Amino acid sequence: MSEPLVRIRPPQRWEALDLRALWRYRDLLGALAIRDIKLRYRQTLLGVLWVVLQPLLAAGIFAFVFGRVAKLDSGGVPYVLFSYTGLLAWNLFSGSVLKASGSLVANAPLVAKVFFPRLLLPFSAVVSTLLDFAIALVVGFFLMLWWGKVPGPMLLLAPVWLALLLLFSTGLGMLCAALAVAYRDVLHILPVALQMLLYGSPVGYTIAVIPEGLPRTLYKLNPLAALIEGFRNALLGEGHVGIYSAAYAAVFAVLIFLVGLVFFRRMERQFADVI
Amino acid sequence: MSSDLAISARGIGKTFRVATAQPRATTLGELLVQKMRRPFASRERTEEFEALADVSFEVRRGEVLGIIGRNGAGKSTLLKILSQITPPTRGEIDLHGRVGSLLEVGTGFHPELTGRENIYLNGAILGMKRGEIEREFDSIVAFAETEQFLDTPVKRYSSGMYVRLAFAVAAHLRPDILIVDEVLAVGDLAFQRKCLGKMDEVAHRSGATVLFVSHQMSAVRTLCTRALLIEKGRVAADGKVESVLARYLSLNSAATNAHTTLPPGLPDSPARALAVRTRTVEGTPSATFRLGEKWRACVEFEITRTLPHVIAGFGLRSVDGTPLVTWWSAPSDLPAGRYTAEFECDLPLAAGEMNFAVGITSDEKNLYYAEGIGALSISEIALTTQPHRATGCGLLITTTRPPIQPLRE
Repeated sequence: MSEPLVRIRPPQRWEALDLRALWRYRDLLGALAIRDIKLRYRQTLLGVLWVVLQPLLAAGIFAFVFGRVAKLDSGGVPYVLFSYTGLLAWNLFSGSVLKASGSLVANAPLVAKVFFPRLLLPFSAVVSTLLDFAIALVVGFFLMLWWGKVPGPMLLLAPVWLALLLLFSTGLGMLCAALAVAYRDVLHILPVALQMLLYGSPVGYTIAVIPEGLPRTLYKLNPLAALIEGFRNALLGEGHVGIYSAAYAAVFAVLIFLVGLVFFRRMERQFADVI
Repeated sequence: MSSDLAISARGIGKTFRVATAQPRATTLGELLVQKMRRPFASRERTEEFEALADVSFEVRRGEVLGIIGRNGAGKSTLLKILSQITPPTRGEIDLHGRVGSLLEVGTGFHPELTGRENIYLNGAILGMKRGEIEREFDSIVAFAETEQFLDTPVKRYSSGMYVRLAFAVAAHLRPDILIVDEVLAVGDLAFQRKCLGKMDEVAHRSGATVLFVSHQMSAVRTLCTRALLIEKGRVAADGKVESVLARYLSLNSAATNAHTTLPPGLPDSPARALAVRTRTVEGTPSATFRLGEKWRACVEFEITRTLPHVIAGFGLRSVDGTPLVTWWSAPSDLPAGRYTAEFECDLPLAAGEMNFAVGITSDEKNLYYAEGIGALSISEIALTTQPHRATGCGLLITTTRPPIQPLRE
């Protein structure tokens, strides 16, 4: 028989990842991401400008607080540019986590009434954040030109940092999204946790300001320390990430992605009954 | 011959766990508190509810299968399992071919998006590729009759336009197996007819396999080649549409709603109705009668003081509230007590669903009135082979057939 055969069975302990189904619904991934983006800026005056304005304003605040008031060192790079690049990476991470986590609950009617691979919901949330990121990144390059900063060969590593950031945030997003179906608390805790994480990650400052020794070792337990510092290093050449912290962050990110994926798959078929 | 099978379901069961005394924790806080109070208690006291028990059936390619059954029989659960929205607890289903399912009109429509944007989004949600949607786009728009509002956000649409557009997208899905739940309940009559026509086209011209759930017997009869009756989570009948429908109707009349609870009526009113019972002429309680069958209705009521010139009334209203017919009892002066009035209902009614209206008056003053209560259905299966037609305009069919007479000036 040439037509695809689907066999429906009771949930198994381990569900294989149905890549064929994901591929068949690839157009939906784009459609959902585009919907997200369109909706976010509909009935706004400035529209997509907000994608750039938000990190710019935040970078200004960081420059003032960390650069002017606390007088932290940004290694000769204008502090606004310095914190803007940090925020680029941070916003990609936190935006993906937040939107992916809420994606199932926000689309509850779809989950309850239509079949499609549920993974597309958190994935499309990440894709829509990625588009925001791309726009903000282009502006970031213009800012670098403005201040006469030319990226060095480390720029080649930028995609690696990005990929790790995406794996990490998508993993967390899948995990939280699946949890939030039964326990909405997750969606309340998440913004607070992310807020704390923002100050615990080298977004508005570099790792170098953390005292060496035990404090810095503890600080580096946060995989975002290496990921964000690494991304900024790729763009501006500022900051330094050792091979071990990079490897640690990479393993951590991949592991979280796998855990998130497996957990999501195990819960997936119950979503419609619980949501 | 497995090659012309579209669906083969073997022993499907679905059990829901319903929390009883102890509510299921829906927040982490509740969960923690529960765990701390009784750390070793099993998760929660639950009762198992079997929505589907051992359902097996096969559908050949090109068949149009109507699934009927009362509310809560398990039809929707079955469709959800077949659409892969919810998993079965037991059993196995093989689906040969691409499945398109339409369990609700307009799921995934976003009010802020324009008609055009929603067509693309909804098409993608239903599993269409972008190219397919582009090919069908004009035909979708034409079917929905919303050309001039394509670039208006659908939140500004009338509900009729909204539903038309939503159905139009779904109707242009070209699956091998189409699963449709009671979607025709929405929209006006003309639109319903149009949808039925479209489904007929999908089923008969393109050779798709269709599973169709409906409460509209006439729709099942016109569309389906076979019917499946689900009762209490089991297949109660499977076969020719007519025989399954007959079985369904007999089930319905067994479950009579003769003891309809009536609203209490006006406060301080000295009269109120207690019950309405409908039964066959032989006296068997029933709420379903065959086309052309005579039946009886009993209105039981209570008056709390002596009232002059009491009249009890019993009427039939169509489901949308249009009065169809009313019978009145002969007036009598009554002391306080409980009474009953029995009405012979020998008007030939056309097939359909009807509600009751009950009223009690004294001295032409209304003391009690309630409508939209109970339900009565006249089945499409005629009692005799008389020239009763299942469909006609209006619910009442005239009995007398006047001869044609010459026109006199």
